[in-house]
Amino acid sequence: MREVAIVAFAQSDHVRTSDEQSEVEMVMPVLHQVLEQTGLKTSDIGFTCSGSSDYLAGRAFSFTMTLDGVGAWPPISESHVEMDGAWAMYEAWVKLLTGEVDTALVYSYGKSSPGSVRDVLTRQLDPYYVAPLWPDAVALAALQAQALIDAGETDEPALAGIAARSRESASTNSHAQLTGSVPQGDYLVQPLRKGDCPPVSDGAVAVILAAGDKARELCERPAWIRGMDHRIEAHSLGVRDLTDSPSTRLAAERAGVFERPVDTAELHAPFTSQEVVLRKALGLGDDVTLNPSGGALAANPVMAAGLLRIGEAAARIHRGESDRAVAHATSGPCLQQNLVAVLEGEAR
Amino acid sequence: MPEVLKAPLVVEFPFTRSLGPVQSAFLTGLREQTVLGVKTSEGKILVPPVEYDPVTAEEIRDLVQVDATGTVTTWAWNPEPRRGQPLDTAFAWVLVKLDGADTALLHALDAPGPDAVHSGMRVRVRWAAERTGAITDIACFEPYEGDASGTEPAAHDGQFDDAVSGIVARARLDYTYSPGRAQTAYINALADRKAVGERCPNCSKVYVPPRGACPTCGVATAERVEVGPAGTVTTFCIVNVKAKNLDIELPYVYGHIALDGADLALHGRIAGIPYDQVRMGLRVEPVWTEGGRYPDHYRPTGEPDADYDTYKELV
Ligand SMILES: [Zn+2]
Repeated sequence: MREVAIVAFAQSDHVRTSDEQSEVEMVMPVLHQVLEQTGLKTSDIGFTCSGSSDYLAGRAFSFTMTLDGVGAWPPISESHVEMDGAWAMYEAWVKLLTGEVDTALVYSYGKSSPGSVRDVLTRQLDPYYVAPLWPDAVALAALQAQALIDAGETDEPALAGIAARSRESASTNSHAQLTGSVPQGDYLVQPLRKGDCPPVSDGAVAVILAAGDKARELCERPAWIRGMDHRIEAHSLGVRDLTDSPSTRLAAERAGVFERPVDTAELHAPFTSQEVVLRKALGLGDDVTLNPSGGALAANPVMAAGLLRIGEAAARIHRGESDRAVAHATSGPCLQQNLVAVLEGEAR
Repeated sequence: MPEVLKAPLVVEFPFTRSLGPVQSAFLTGLREQTVLGVKTSEGKILVPPVEYDPVTAEEIRDLVQVDATGTVTTWAWNPEPRRGQPLDTAFAWVLVKLDGADTALLHALDAPGPDAVHSGMRVRVRWAAERTGAITDIACFEPYEGDASGTEPAAHDGQFDDAVSGIVARARLDYTYSPGRAQTAYINALADRKAVGERCPNCSKVYVPPRGACPTCGVATAERVEVGPAGTVTTFCIVNVKAKNLDIELPYVYGHIALDGADLALHGRIAGIPYDQVRMGLRVEPVWTEGGRYPDHYRPTGEPDADYDTYKELV
């Protein structure tokens, strides 16, 4: 199989509101940064793929506006997923594996500030039986958290501990939105307190992928993608065991996570309780550095937070802080869809 | 820098969705206060029912009737109900496994407080007074002291008089729209009856209206340039269909107009000339109405037509 690596990663500062900027104004600096890191020009890129959601912007085909930021004229080879950018990266990875292109630019962004992200996310639910009840994202995560508590797998102090550790880790991440000691606060939907929930964020992320020698040429220590897989579970919450994530486990198995130990895990767990589920599914012990970036609890630009996890894991390999990392992205209510990637750096 | 503009934006749509045979039977059943599930080939009973087995993807059609009483499998206390949710006072979200079913249904539980709710508690359906064949025909669940009836789910033919075949799923989301820096500058300039574009530092093209980036070079366009007011019609069409809420006599002409100094044509209505005399190259200028936020239309300036070579790149 062709070797493909992440050779560059950039992100915006994640903020509660970016209303002085349109989407393209928010995304463009991040695109320029990844290009600068590699010395590539937009015209050198073989394939461009992006992820975002019209429902966040409240406008049809909102992603086409951001294409202005990648030099889309004359027409380029380009695609878009109405999902987190992690899935856009999956598409780009497959495109590189075919040998059709040698480089790909992948970006995604989330501008949650114009609307109410809790309400917006209800529109992704089953439209017949669930969406008419408007259960918001926090409510559904709270049902999952209570199921975990009832099963004896966690309790409120343990969840608060996850929140504290995440925001403490984020203190070293200059792009993060919530850092340091953040009060757990009142219940938003019991058993989840404000501190168990992610901030509402605007932000953008971009990575560049390259194959084989091209990757070595562009990056001193490429983060090689050794495997990547994504799996989905039944959409009906009442059919699933909410305390487990068989789709994450299966994706991890197919991606090769369990073949050898990992030293770093960047998990896309917007709610503290979801980290408990993911950690179990991936079999991560205390020896694994978990979400050193602070994770989605420190900054959660919807549609970018998953690709951010992959980018953060890759950056640790670039910097020599990790040799083998697992990165995870999720989409849908209560960890419905999960993508897992294994990244490795060559021996130094 | 002046503050960016903001305005409320409401996105509302009455999504009309058709139902398959199983969903139709389930939702019609709710209207008749009958809860139906569907049996998988392994004998598992799914409530709410689906048409395909979520594990094997096998088509499933064997309907059974289950009880309107059940057990909470997990819950979450919602202190501040949001718009559209089943109850407008604090309530619990619950997953309920109805007696006879093997899977759980999501709904609301009316309870006095979180201390009155726990996993394993017994509940029953509270029916809505007015039922139409929708999940909201279950108003909510309420606490119920009794045990399960113990009767096995009975086969049901799913046949009802006047079965519902579709639902209207109304959706409304509220936004505060902000067009960002570049478009704010454009809109603010229009208030002074001026058109401003932005020039690309790389290729020197002037974009009107500006969106903050050059789509060819992928760089920010920061230099503001006043363009117009006159321009050239680069292309046009004659509109013979009346748009909703539009009070313009038919036929009318809609054109692309390259304002003088701009490298991108914008669109506008062309009037003040018989519709069949509008042509490419026609020189036009904006006409503002009292209090208008943008040009109402463009009319001929009376100048000679522009030479094709001067605007051919903009067609
Ligand atoms: Zn340019």
